[in-house]
Amino acid sequence: MGRLGSFYGSMVGKKVVMGVTGLIGIAYLILHVLGNLLVFRGPTAINSYAHFLKSTGELLWTVRIILIVAVILHVVAAVQLTQQNRAARPIGYTRREPQVATIASRTMRWGGALLLIFIIFHILHFTTGTIRPAGVFSSEDVYANMVTSFRIWWVALFYVIAMVALGLHLFHGAWSSVRSIGVSPKSPQPFHRTVSLLLAVLVWAGFTSIPVAVFVGLVR
Amino acid sequence: MNLTLHVWRQAGPDAPGKMVIYEATGVSPEMSFLEMLDVVNEGLTERGEVPIAFDHDCREGICGSCSLMINGVAHGPMRGTATCQLHMRSFKDGDTIYIEPWRARAFRVIKDLAVDRSPLDRIIQAGGFITAPTGSAQDANNILVAKESVDDAMDAAACIGCGACVAACPNASASLFTAAKITHLGLLPQGQSERYRRALKMVQQMELEEFGSCTLHGECQEACPKEISIDTITRMNRDFLRASLLGTRP
Ligand code: HEM
Ligand code: FES
Repeated sequence: MGRLGSFYGSMVGKKVVMGVTGLIGIAYLILHVLGNLLVFRGPTAINSYAHFLKSTGELLWTVRIILIVAVILHVVAAVQLTQQNRAARPIGYTRREPQVATIASRTMRWGGALLLIFIIFHILHFTTGTIRPAGVFSSEDVYANMVTSFRIWWVALFYVIAMVALGLHLFHGAWSSVRSIGVSPKSPQPFHRTVSLLLAVLVWAGFTSIPVAVFVGLVR
Repeated sequence: MNLTLHVWRQAGPDAPGKMVIYEATGVSPEMSFLEMLDVVNEGLTERGEVPIAFDHDCREGICGSCSLMINGVAHGPMRGTATCQLHMRSFKDGDTIYIEPWRARAFRVIKDLAVDRSPLDRIIQAGGFITAPTGSAQDANNILVAKESVDDAMDAAACIGCGACVAACPNASASLFTAAKITHLGLLPQGQSERYRRALKMVQQMELEEFGSCTLHGECQEACPKEISIDTITRMNRDFLRASLLGTRP
């Protein structure tokens, strides 16, 4: 086993990989939510932004490849760690009272699985146009794609639910990742997580506002 | 006070086990939890039944022998307290108390509530020591250590190796135990020469013993009778990562 092999072979190494890939995801999401909010400034704003992104060509593909690789590594490590962790306690307790574990920390696995389904659906929906809930798709008119889709109740609802999972995932993940990769400074109150709370709420609110605004007719 | 106990009974490592109900009567609030079990065991012995096996030694919170998952909480409801220092005044008359052994693949049940914690010893053997010859005792201030490092090293050194962190962790991870020793020695000048090798070897051993990994639920810090901080885990991860980047050989 090489150096890389023994690093990844260790659970601490796998968590470092999860932390780094998770942080890459967070950095992307911050840009993504800011870009998407342009929908509130009208069709021209968001469509020309989308056009600008597509005009970057190689840069766009570099970012896409980094993100795809990050998601794959993140998911593979998550599955492997989950299996190892389940095996580490074959007989459970009759009674167990978690003391400080949060809903967020306890839903990383199921929430993560939902996010994976969401990510695949989302790419097929808005990037490739393979799934067309409203029957129409135009790679030039991102605004229209959003507005026609989010008028459909189940599409809006699916996005809203997925964003709850995302908010929870980020609340725990933004805090835990910097610890997994050993860069968090020591703290007298390790459970105070103002930064990750703020991040999770802002990202969640930003993304959720769009399907909601379209569905109730604020954006049309 | 009178209590109903649900206790895990298991005759031996390979025997099947089950929860058995006992009535504990005439318990006084001044008794420690272990004294309460002593009283129950006296009753069992008088009736010709096999007493409940549980680990204990110092009974003053320093040896790390006592264990017990009490009502789903490692070492019971008092924060920063080992089972032996928990008193019955923390319970009410008529309470039902569930008592279970530490549960982890790595911790085999020896009998009833006593588990084999030698995997923790092997983690220490893998790197929880220093090889610098220290000779006879030196002048106290011969080697200067920053106050902050001393404080953090001593906080980490408070670990009594009870295994509550493993018991409380949803993943049965021994990260807090391992990280406490890596932090304790890694912060002091005497521990520097093996600092990165130690991180690699102790983490490696922890995984060989089939403990789980850290998901940062934070349950271990809450359960620790010495309230050791999960910041030590951050430090373990950092030292492990650095060791890997530096190409340190285990
Ligand atoms: C939107 C994309 C995603 C982002 C931004 C993200 C971010 C993060 C971050 C930052 C962490 C913390 C890592 C650490 O503590 O070191 C994390 C943990 C985790 N993620 Fe994700 N994640 C995403 C998608 C997914 C997906 C698709 C899965 C699915 C299978 C998943 C499963 C997990 C699990 C199980 C953990 C906990 C791992 C552990 O502590 O053992 N995540 N995620
Ligand atoms: S019996 Fe020694 S710490 Fe509890």
